[in-house]
Amino acid sequence: MDDSNKNSSENERLEVLKTYKMYIDGKFPRTESARFYQPVVNGSTLGNVCLASRKDVRNAVVAARSAQASWARRSAYNRAQILYRIAEMLEGRSQQFIDELVRQGVGTADAEKQVAESIDRLIYYAGWCDKFQQIFSSVNPVASSHFNFSTLEPVGVVFTVASRDCPLLGLVSLVAPVIASGNTCVVLASENGPLSAITFAEVLATSDVPGGVVNILTGRIEELHEHFSRHLDVNAIACDRLGVALNTKIKEFASENIKRVKIYDQDWSVEASANPYLIQDFCEVKTTWHPIEQISETGAAY
Amino acid sequence: MNQRQSAHVFSSPAIDQVGVVERAKRFTARSIKNEAKMKGLEMVLSMIDLTTLEGMDTEGKVKQLCYKAQHLHDSIEGLPNVAAVCVYPNFVGLAKRVLAGSDIKVASVATAFPSGNSSLEIKLADVAMAVSEGADEIDMVISRGRFHHGDYNFVFDEIAAVKAACGSARLKTILETGELGSLDKVRLASDIAIAAGADFIKTSTGKIQPAATMPVTLVMLEAIRDHFQKTGLMVGMKPAGGISKAKLALHYLIMVKETLGNDWLDPKWFRFGASSLANDVLMQIAKQQTGAYQAANYFAVD
Repeated sequence: MDDSNKNSSENERLEVLKTYKMYIDGKFPRTESARFYQPVVNGSTLGNVCLASRKDVRNAVVAARSAQASWARRSAYNRAQILYRIAEMLEGRSQQFIDELVRQGVGTADAEKQVAESIDRLIYYAGWCDKFQQIFSSVNPVASSHFNFSTLEPVGVVFTVASRDCPLLGLVSLVAPVIASGNTCVVLASENGPLSAITFAEVLATSDVPGGVVNILTGRIEELHEHFSRHLDVNAIACDRLGVALNTKIKEFASENIKRVKIYDQDWSVEASANPYLIQDFCEVKTTWHPIEQISETGAAY
Repeated sequence: MNQRQSAHVFSSPAIDQVGVVERAKRFTARSIKNEAKMKGLEMVLSMIDLTTLEGMDTEGKVKQLCYKAQHLHDSIEGLPNVAAVCVYPNFVGLAKRVLAGSDIKVASVATAFPSGNSSLEIKLADVAMAVSEGADEIDMVISRGRFHHGDYNFVFDEIAAVKAACGSARLKTILETGELGSLDKVRLASDIAIAAGADFIKTSTGKIQPAATMPVTLVMLEAIRDHFQKTGLMVGMKPAGGISKAKLALHYLIMVKETLGNDWLDPKWFRFGASSLANDVLMQIAKQQTGAYQAANYFAVD
């Protein structure tokens, strides 16, 4: 008996623990502050996770800003291909995501459902990339010799706070519509479920998504909300309900440069929570007055 | 015969490349915060040669640059002006007129900038034209081809001839260190330029990568220091190209202070050749004052 115990402990391989680093500008740096925290789920520690600082927010916003113009310049069709590619890579690693969600306290059946829905959601928004423009744009009737039309343009850099309770699906459900139109984003992962966010970053890094388009930080919203909501180079904020006090503060800080704040109160596992209006939420309407010649007395134009 | 003589005259000390790189790296480990940082940032602004050296430069662009030189960011009070604007010779007259009444100098590149491949007559005519238009400073390029040929006397004579043509204008000699190949060559070229009468030595045209780096600048600063210790005469230093972040500029100031001393911390003896550096410094100053990170679109394009 003693012998067999000895043997098994000798044969038992010491598990190599993964370091969960953040994802900024296509690289995986540690936080500049060298701090970490240990999320505890059901009594067990998930690991040492980077505790992002004010300067990490700054670095991530710089990365998102410099990636934004070229991401928006890509054709809508190409952005769709890339979103689809993220879904493909996620599918290939779904078991890893299921395992990590279970470690983060999600039931196995729920975890499987969440991963499958995350993949489907990416496919859904991949499809919308080159179609939302046709739905939301318009040709406007005007009483002058102008061809007047309104189209959507991405707002720029969107700070996204991932859902606390739905660490993977909540994150995907906000990031996908945000980047679909050509925005770039900085994501603050769920404080208690950061593992799947960082593993999702590994998926992004191998899915043709240019560095800087999605940046993922791990840390505490209470510490970071002032820095990103006052940041003048952040154009919009997307988050779930974080409690009245926190949401109010974010809105107050955001008012300094009148950045858009969208607060969602929905169950991301419901299919109806995915819709093109989320893409529209992070777009600005640009209206163009294009002079035209009246070519006939009958009023026919252009 | 000539070459042996020149080799004798310009016997520069050998450069320990590993040591220089290590030493240059040390300067980036200093922590400068709060008041010291603000003073440092203001000093950086006062040392900038705001530069436009493009084939597509127009009168409008130069006027805009001159305006920017005098109004860096009017919503912040008490900012210094930049030291100079740096333009091609055909825009010197215009820049002088626009800047009339201010203490901002007009610097002009000359001597067949940026390659320097032309005859001495043409180069001197280039300098004479800029000087007659009113240039306060002339930025010349050395003949790198001749330098690599070992024809050091030619390089020396050319600098001396240009210096004579400058009259009362101060001469900055561009070594184009990115084309010199080694730190030993940088040191040798620095010694030649200083011996030939350059008022400033300058790293780069900005047209060649790598442009200014901290190790290269350190070698040039040491050449200036050795000359000063031997003769008691000061020579200025201008790193140019590739310095676009405020933090890096502060590192350069630390390097100047610790290599040459406080006397060189003056626009008369130290300059940054840059175009986008000014806005980054302004953004840092605004951040320091308001507490919010800034966005580039709140600052004038230069």
